[in-house]
Order: sequence, then structure tokens, then C-alpha cells
Amino acid sequence: MESVGKMTPSSLSASDLPWRVLWDKERCTLCGRCTAVCPVQAIELGVHRQRLFQAPLGLTQRPTNIVKVYHGIDQKTDPAHACVGCAMCDYVCPNGAIHPVRSDQVDKLRFHVNQNGEPRRRGGRRNDPRSILDEIKFIRISMLTDPALDAGRHDFELRTLLGRVLPAEEMVKSMRDNGWIPPVREIYPLVIGSMSFGALSPTMWEGIQMGVAYLNEELGMPVRVCTGEGGCPPRLLRSRFLKYVILQIASGYFGWDEIIHALPEMKEDPCAVEIKYGQGAKPGDGGLLMWYKVNRLIAAIRGVPPGVSLPSPPTHQTKYSIEESVAKMIQSMAMAWGFRVPVYPKISATSTTLAVLNNLARNPYAAALAVDGEDGGTGAAYNVSMNHMGHPIASNIRDAYLNLVKIGKQNEIPLFAGGGVGKNGNLAANAAALIMLGASGIQIGKYVMQAAAGCLGGENDRCNICNIGLCPKGITSQDPRLYRRLDPEAVAERLVDVYRSFDTELKKILAPLGRSTSLPIGMSDALGISDGAAAARLQIRHVI
Amino acid sequence: MCRLFAVTSREPLSPMVAVRALDVMKEGHDGSGMGLFLTDLGGPFERFRGAPILSGIFSHEGIRTLDRYMMELDFMVKYKFSLRPTKRPPEGTPKRDNYLIRVYDYPPEWLSLSKEEIEHRLMVTRLELRRMGEKDDSMIVFSFWPDVIMIKEVGDPMELAEYLGLDNEELQARVILAQGRQNTNYDIDIYACHPFFIQGYATMTNGENTAFVPIREYLTSRGFAGYMGYHSDSEVFTHILHFAHRHLGLGIEMYKHILTPLKDEELERHPDGRRLRAVKQACRPLIIDGPNCVIGCLPDHTLFMVQDSKKLRPGVVGGAPGMFAFSSEMCGLDAAIPVRNKSEDFQPMKYDTVMVPPERQEVMRWNQWER
Repeated sequence: MESVGKMTPSSLSASDLPWRVLWDKERCTLCGRCTAVCPVQAIELGVHRQRLFQAPLGLTQRPTNIVKVYHGIDQKTDPAHACVGCAMCDYVCPNGAIHPVRSDQVDKLRFHVNQNGEPRRRGGRRNDPRSILDEIKFIRISMLTDPALDAGRHDFELRTLLGRVLPAEEMVKSMRDNGWIPPVREIYPLVIGSMSFGALSPTMWEGIQMGVAYLNEELGMPVRVCTGEGGCPPRLLRSRFLKYVILQIASGYFGWDEIIHALPEMKEDPCAVEIKYGQGAKPGDGGLLMWYKVNRLIAAIRGVPPGVSLPSPPTHQTKYSIEESVAKMIQSMAMAWGFRVPVYPKISATSTTLAVLNNLARNPYAAALAVDGEDGGTGAAYNVSMNHMGHPIASNIRDAYLNLVKIGKQNEIPLFAGGGVGKNGNLAANAAALIMLGASGIQIGKYVMQAAAGCLGGENDRCNICNIGLCPKGITSQDPRLYRRLDPEAVAERLVDVYRSFDTELKKILAPLGRSTSLPIGMSDALGISDGAAAARLQIRHVI
Repeated sequence: MCRLFAVTSREPLSPMVAVRALDVMKEGHDGSGMGLFLTDLGGPFERFRGAPILSGIFSHEGIRTLDRYMMELDFMVKYKFSLRPTKRPPEGTPKRDNYLIRVYDYPPEWLSLSKEEIEHRLMVTRLELRRMGEKDDSMIVFSFWPDVIMIKEVGDPMELAEYLGLDNEELQARVILAQGRQNTNYDIDIYACHPFFIQGYATMTNGENTAFVPIREYLTSRGFAGYMGYHSDSEVFTHILHFAHRHLGLGIEMYKHILTPLKDEELERHPDGRRLRAVKQACRPLIIDGPNCVIGCLPDHTLFMVQDSKKLRPGVVGGAPGMFAFSSEMCGLDAAIPVRNKSEDFQPMKYDTVMVPPERQEVMRWNQWER
């Protein structure tokens, strides 16, 4: 038997990889763009030997072999250079001569992505395209007993509240006695969730901020964006646009030195402060910005040395109990802005969500609760955390809402739900379903990257290399050669497109339900699902 | 669609005035039921102004249970008025044993109680009777309150009125609310029939409240025993009125601000925007939706009408000093008060609340843009 050369346990063929690069010799111009653009250098110039057999006619000449050489593409098969399926090679190829194809086999690479004992880390979200939110239908259609509304012509009040709302009795008393009323923001119910400066590229961040400013100032849509844990650029902190921003503080406190020092110079209060205790993509794990992305700019804004990985602790180190977290952290953050800014925690969805919620309900300064489900995205996390840790958002937010109903505080603590909203493109339907299950508002992140910037990531493990700063679209990269591919103005325009189309779609859902005067929070009678167990669990109608 | 008619008059009227008005509006309702709310009573009831009146439908067994229960509480029957139809009921109307209207004397130990406590106990007694009768429909209780009579039944309003003998001259009231249809959105249940009543407040609605479920959840989680029932999505209108007026102490003008608050950008321009915004936020789960015209009566006998935020249901008010009527349709108003200055008829729009105070001298219009 012929020797196959040196073989290691991790020696794989292209057939063992999740993505195989198919290349057409006849159409290839050998321009080299594909090899240049590949973010993981999965392909390289290949020099191939070809044996041609020539059998001349007649009997005088003997058949011969000719050995020729031709040039083309080789796919690397070592785990570090396995194709990620981003298809940028296809995007740049002038002749359509190359594209990756998903293997129909269960790949073998998964057993080898722990070289040197380092488990796989990646960006993206849980590799599972299923979504219970997609299965929920809106079944209470206004027919004859009440007229369906006109999504195009009627007035709709699509606003929600972020902030602690006093019970009606106390509000009336406070108004009469000129007492303290906690700050409450009236905002658009679709919030751009926390994606940090650092996780996102400067161009992506700038694009989002420009888009949000346009939505507010030109279209009158009070859209808010959360910074994530990475601080906030100094100019934005000192600008009037800060009122559209929710500042996030997390366990690494990155960027908060800069924020605290900017306090006296702030022209506007931020919309709110979000205290991150957890994230749906990696529940119970802290934030992670890998060293690849910590350049001088990021390091300066975060107040850290450049070129080092920045793993935030899984919890706020100075806090030992929920009471302390809630009582001290929320109150001290509220105090920093003179109790004019709502302060609320964000947690990853968990079976202990109700314990957190009940604690918040007892604290008059807790402004809301954001819950991030297992399908939430991230810029970097351990693969095992993303794929296996966490709680689905639908039942978690439903339980939380029904718990508030039980204690009569459903209007006092707004719930914000996130995690996989719109993962299959059904943004408005998913958001409306969560609102009718009890959420006051929705947080999205990955959808913005996909729709406003062209993120290629997918739940069939496509791309997902946000963590190493090699995003081929420049969305999550800190390398100027990559992030200059992304035009911030175009991102802003697309963000506006996303919100305008969402607004229309949401109206197209609410109008047939006969709802327009207020957001249908908890309107569970409108929801149905064909899965009986899911219907019973969510306390919505079982329809088949 | 329901048809509503309400009248307030200096002189006591027979409920037949309202029934006839419903009858002329018959094209708009299916004649499937009728609910009547009578207050500021005339006739023999005038003598018992402060004494609670129990209204409901009772089987013979139910009456025995009622008597046992009320005697235990030390209530004494002061006056009885029974509608006892003898002939066959109209088609679709069930045969009942007793349509009961009874005036009681308070238990002696109640006399030392505060007004609030007495009113609370009256409500609790009504709820307890209702609960006791729910198993076998032996006791269906509509109201237990001084100066209030309620009659409800399944069937065509005019046929029912003749069957029940509502033209009885002992039945007289200065304020009458009448609704001509059974609930069709959910199971037919006599408790789903408008008007609804709680502690002196009554409302009836022509419409469909699409925000019903979250509102019901909010009301039932207030910890107040009276916020129950909800066989109809319209019952929440009565309870929202009770919550706003009695519990929060807000004026009737705030009822409209709670049901259909101004939009955020409108509040920016409103002279009282700050206060209204606070109320809007605190009462957010009580915002109604869908097409609704609400006609109601306050404990002081003020009649009012409000519309939904888009004015999707009809409603007109007209009359002359001494007598005004609120009607779903003009023809109902014409039937009840044919002689009036029609140019002063008023159809409230999406921002309006119209009221006729107990003096019955004028129709007061109030707009959400007013301070």
C-alpha cells in the first residue's frame, strides 16, 4: 500500500470539514482575489500536477503519458484554516468560479477545534436555526364584531415605557403632593441592544449612532441604543445625542472611568443605565474581547493596555448578594445622575429569573428588567456556552410577566426581552409575539448586524469569526483594512430602512388585531400555536 | 352591534320609554337580550332612598337560600316587588321562577359603620350571593345597592318588556340605562349582559374592547373583590370607571384620559401635559382599544358618554332642560324626546366626554384638550 506521508490525529481532508470550497478551473482567471479576501486563509494558490494519457492512432507510435502543470486553488484542511463558509471568495470572484458548500456529512472538524487544549471560541449565536417565536401565530383577527384597522392610514401609538412606573395610587398622590416621580422614558419598543465599541468596528458603531440620530431627529421615532460594555466615545458622551444612548456598566467596568469623568460636561442625561449581570449567548460568563481586537483606540476608550484579551468576570466582584447588587448598584448609579436616569439590570434568561424579578419589585429604584434568551448573539464566547447554556426567552418572559400580574406590578417594572428576535428574518412577528407574551420592549443586536451591515453569520455555523477581528464585512473588526469596507453612512441608511419597515410590519400585525391606541403588552388572547405543549406552557391558545 | 339608550329626566319615567327607543333602533341589534339599569327611582321605591335594593333572578330554591342567608346577616325585607310573568316566555327566553326586586333594611349593627364600610359590605354580600347561586343558577344577582334596580334577560327587548310587565306603574326612574343585545363574542351568559354595575357606577358599551385581556389581568390583580366576572369584555369599562373615580379619586374627565390618553406628541402640546402623562403612564394597562361608545352613570346620577380614540361607534345626545337622552342612533333619541331643538343635538367625537349633571339643565361637553 502506498504511503500517505505524515498523518496526525487531526489530519483531515476537505470532506471532513463543515465547508468545502468548490472551484471551477474553466472559469477561474487566476486573479487571486479569493485567496486575498479569505479571512481565515482557507484557500491558497495551488500548483497541480496533471497526467494526460495520449494514445495516437495507428500502430507505429506507442501511447504515452504527458505530465502538465496547472494553477488553481487548494483548500487547507488544518483546523486553524478550515473554511468558515463566509463565501467572500464567491463575492469577489469576477467569474463565479468559486464558492463554499456545506458538507452533507457531520463534519469531523468539531472534534479537533480544541488544539493546545483551548476549547473553541467564536462569535454569533447558538447554532440552531429553530425558533419557537416563529411558530406563534396571531389568531385574533377583527372580523365584523369590530372593524380591522388600517395600518396605512390610522394613527398608531407604538411607544413603550422604560423606567419604574409608580402604582396608580402613588402616582396620583405624588402629583398632588409634588412628590418624587421616578424617571420614565417613552421610547420605541425596539431597542438596539448592547454591542460594545470594541466588539463592533468604529465604522459600524458610527453607522448605528448616525442611524439612531436620524430616526429620532428626522423621523420622530424615539429609538434607543445600548453601548454594551466598552465605554462610550468621549465626543458622544459630551454631545446632545447622548440622550438616545443607554450606557451599559458590566463586571469589567470598561470605559466607566471616562464616563464618570465626563459627567460634569454632559449636555444631556443618557436615556438609561443598563447594569449587565448576564448575557443570553454566554449565561453566567463575563464579556470577552479577545486580544486581536484590542487596538490603541479600543484600549484608550476602555482604559486598558492594548493587545491583551479582556475577559470580564462572570459577576460584579464587589457584590455578594442580590440585595446588595440591587440596593447598592442600582441606587449608586441612579445617584450619579441625580435620580434623573432610569437604571435597570440585564440578566440572561434563567430558571431563577423570577427570584431576580421579585427582588427588583421590592426596590423602588429598579427601573426595568431586561432578559436575554439563549439565542442571543455575542462577539466572542466559548462555543459550549453559546450552544448549551441558557434558557429560551419565550417561556422566561411569559413567566416573568405572569409573575408580575400575580403581584399586581405588571405596569410598574417593564420587561425587555431579547435573544434571537428575528433570527430567521421575522423581526416584527417575533417582537410582536414577545410583546403579547408580556414584554414591554424588545432588544435586538445580531439582526442589526445582519440587516444594516450585511453580517454573514448564520445558525448553521457560518462565518462566526467575530471574536478574532477578521470580520470580512468589517462589522466586528478593528483592522482598518477590514472596517473601511463598511461605509457608516450606508449602515445608517440601512438601519433607518430596518426601523421603517419594522414599523410598517408591526402595524400590519396590530391593525388586524384591532390594536392601535397602545402597545398590546400581554395581549395573550391574540396568540396561538400548533404545539399543544408550548400552548399550555405559554398559556396561549392551542390551534391546529 | 349593541344599541344603547340612556335617559335622565326630572320626572320619573317608565322603563318602557327606553325599551321603545331600543325597539326603533332594532335594525342595529339582533334583539337577543336586554339589560336595564334604573336609578333615582320614583314610585314606591322613593320612600326607601337609603335602603339597599337587591335585583336579580331567583329560582324558588334560590329564594329560600337567599332568605336564609339574609336573615343570618340580619337583613330585613322592607318592600318586595316581584315581576312574576305567568304566560309563556317569548321564544328564546328561558322560563324563570322569579324576577326579584327587594328593598332591605340594614342589619342594626351596620348602622354604626362608616359609609365606606357599608358600601364595601353591600358589594361583598352581592358577590357572595352570586357565588352561592352560580353552581346551579339558583341565584343570579345584578345589584344590591340603594336606589338601584337592574333587570336583565335573554330575548327581544319589546317582547321581554311585555312579558315581564315593565309598564307596571310602580316601576319608575329618573335615570335609565338600557341595552338591547346579548353578548355574542363569548358564551351567552346573563352576567355578560350590559349595563354592568359596581358600587353605584354603571356603564354599558356599544363595541369591542380588543385590549380586554391585559385590562382584566390588571383589574383582577388590584386585590379588590369587586373586580371579577368579566363574562363580557365590556365589564372592564365599569370597573375602570370605579377604579379611576372612586379608588384614585380622579374626576370624570380623567376617565377619558385613562381609556384613550392623548398621544405622546399631543401631550407635549397640552397645557396640563405633565400631569396627564403621569396618569397615562401609571394607568397604561387600562388603555382600551377597538371601537367603543361607553354610556355610564355615576353615583350622583350624572350621565355621560365617551367614545374610543378613533370614534368608531355612533352616539348622540340631545334633549331639553329637564330631560336629556343618550342614544346609539338618532331615531332612538327621536322616539324618546321628539320635541327638542335638534340643532343642539351633539355627537361626541374622539376627544369628547359629554355629561348631563344631576340637575339636568344642560349637556356639558368636555374635550381632552381642555385643561
